[in-house]
Amino acid sequence: MPDEVLLTVRRLRTWFELRRFVRAVDGVDFELHRGEAVAVVGESGSGKSTLAKTILGLHRPRQGEIIFEGREVGGEKDLRRYRSRVGYVQQDPYGALPPFMNVQRILEEPLAINGEANPGARMQRIREVLDEVRLSPVEDFLPRFPHMLSGGQQQRLVVARAMILRPQLIVADEPVSMLDASVRIEILQLLRGLQARYNLSIIYITHDLSTVRYFCERVFVMYGGMIIEQASTDDLLRNPQHPYTQALLAAIPDPDPENASRVRVVPPGEPPSLLSPPSGCRFHPRCPAFMKGICEVQIPPDFEPAPGHRVACWLYDERGQGGPPAPSRA
Amino acid sequence: MSAGNGFFSVEDLRLHFRTARGPVQAVDGVSFTLDRGRALVVVGESGCGKSSLARAILRLLPRNVHAYSGSVRLNGMDVMRLPEEQFRREIRWTRLALVPQGAMNSLNPVIRVGDQAAEPLLIHGRAGSPAAARQSVQEVFHEVGVPRDFLDRYPFELSGGMRQRVALATALVTKPDLIVLDEPTSALDVLTQAGIMNLLKTIKRETRTNFVLITHDIAAASEIADDAAVMYAGQLVETSRAEQFYREPLHPYSRALMASVPTLRAEKTLEFIPGRPPSLINPPPGCRFADRCPYRFDKCSEEPPMLKVDNRLVKCWLYR
Repeated sequence: MPDEVLLTVRRLRTWFELRRFVRAVDGVDFELHRGEAVAVVGESGSGKSTLAKTILGLHRPRQGEIIFEGREVGGEKDLRRYRSRVGYVQQDPYGALPPFMNVQRILEEPLAINGEANPGARMQRIREVLDEVRLSPVEDFLPRFPHMLSGGQQQRLVVARAMILRPQLIVADEPVSMLDASVRIEILQLLRGLQARYNLSIIYITHDLSTVRYFCERVFVMYGGMIIEQASTDDLLRNPQHPYTQALLAAIPDPDPENASRVRVVPPGEPPSLLSPPSGCRFHPRCPAFMKGICEVQIPPDFEPAPGHRVACWLYDERGQGGPPAPSRA
Repeated sequence: MSAGNGFFSVEDLRLHFRTARGPVQAVDGVSFTLDRGRALVVVGESGCGKSSLARAILRLLPRNVHAYSGSVRLNGMDVMRLPEEQFRREIRWTRLALVPQGAMNSLNPVIRVGDQAAEPLLIHGRAGSPAAARQSVQEVFHEVGVPRDFLDRYPFELSGGMRQRVALATALVTKPDLIVLDEPTSALDVLTQAGIMNLLKTIKRETRTNFVLITHDIAAASEIADDAAVMYAGQLVETSRAEQFYREPLHPYSRALMASVPTLRAEKTLEFIPGRPPSLINPPPGCRFADRCPYRFDKCSEEPPMLKVDNRLVKCWLYR
């Protein structure tokens, strides 16, 4: 794994003010290396999209810092430079593309705004990028409007727009969840190819754990606004440690006719309210390994049961109580 | 699929829509048979006509119908032949029910969920009184795992998973013979989806209700599938028992589709299908998958019939 750190996120909190605060991201720490693809996995309401948007500079954090290439991302001027180095791939390609602009204008605008004054140079870059996302022959696509493209082509255009300023980091928020199975693979392979060619870092936000093994080096699992487990993809899939991660993995079906005769174990209840999250570990009301007097009292810190494998769960506190539970496998 | 009692069957079902550019052949000659107590999953990509198939079975037609023909047999009776009024009174919702796509978002926001779920009973005169209807709804809510005190709540007070359970209860409350489920879990989280699938399994086992589950999610479909059908460009290209389909799909499209599904527990090489499905306005003559098919040969310019391979049916000249 490359070890040059590209992005550091420290004690990040993004809260939204209603009458009380919605603690959408509530204490997130991680480092992202150059050239590395990381998946942020969680259910709706886990805070994963808010985390993505905070990293993109679209939400202001309430607390904490985002350090990009060694410099803290702060003031307006910084933010502008930072945004030109971070590309954003949205979930719904059609919603993300202005319907009244053709392909050429969609791609030309970021270049013009970011100071590329020479129209010839702009066109050259547009051609390059379209070729790269395989929207070719380029001439056919330049005058088209988003509604004239298929869902897969629209998403490739969104990827082209994210790539046009030669970013170092791509944040992809559920980039394929609205696409068909076959088109999903096409888009994910495209992103994976770009990552390898340009040593790009990718933050891949998804609820779909089954795709991460093919496209990411590391996985972060989010629950109730926090990262509760992080590990290399292999390690996480083979040896999940947090009871929530174990439940999540056990609930995902593979295409297998035996499934019809299985009953899956699903933890009771629903994800926590981010307005008034449960005390202690946010998963404790649903947790099969709940330890009274510990789990509901204090938020667990990260323990590291194996090198590089971090889990926020009191089961792994070596000072004390019981050993880790047997991972449940479907 | 045809060896048993053929409790429910669809023969040569066609539903074409009129548009400015010509008729759209959304459902174009679909046939299948389903035995009592079994679940059929119909898998296919967006735009292949899956949802139109659901509407065609339930005779829920928009105004721009260009052609609607074929037969839908329920326990031997061709319900397509019934006049609309009789179909509405005796078949739709009481014997054939639908949980439409996005049902959790199609609940009426200003009516309490318990009252909505009671509506089919009251409209079809299946309950002696509103109190009796409420009683039945309470039982069905219990069955689908919605707490008793949710009866008086409004849809916005419920989570997505709970709303989906209410939508399912609304279909179950009249005890229909068959329920068509259109993408019942695709908007739900993983754990919620697993819970709904567990629920469908239990209902199937305990009530022998037949299901036709329409989805793009092949992995989720395997949770309940007894039989499987693959839909492409308005037609079924393969029908088999689920265990055969999941182990060894026959049609080149089915194989390609299966190769694009990621697996959590085993490593495999993922592949996508180059190209796009044909337009359903003037689809190409011959096999509709031919343009994207790696096995294409001369014969493919003619439309293949459904060919029998053991006890399976596949619409592909390779199996002649």
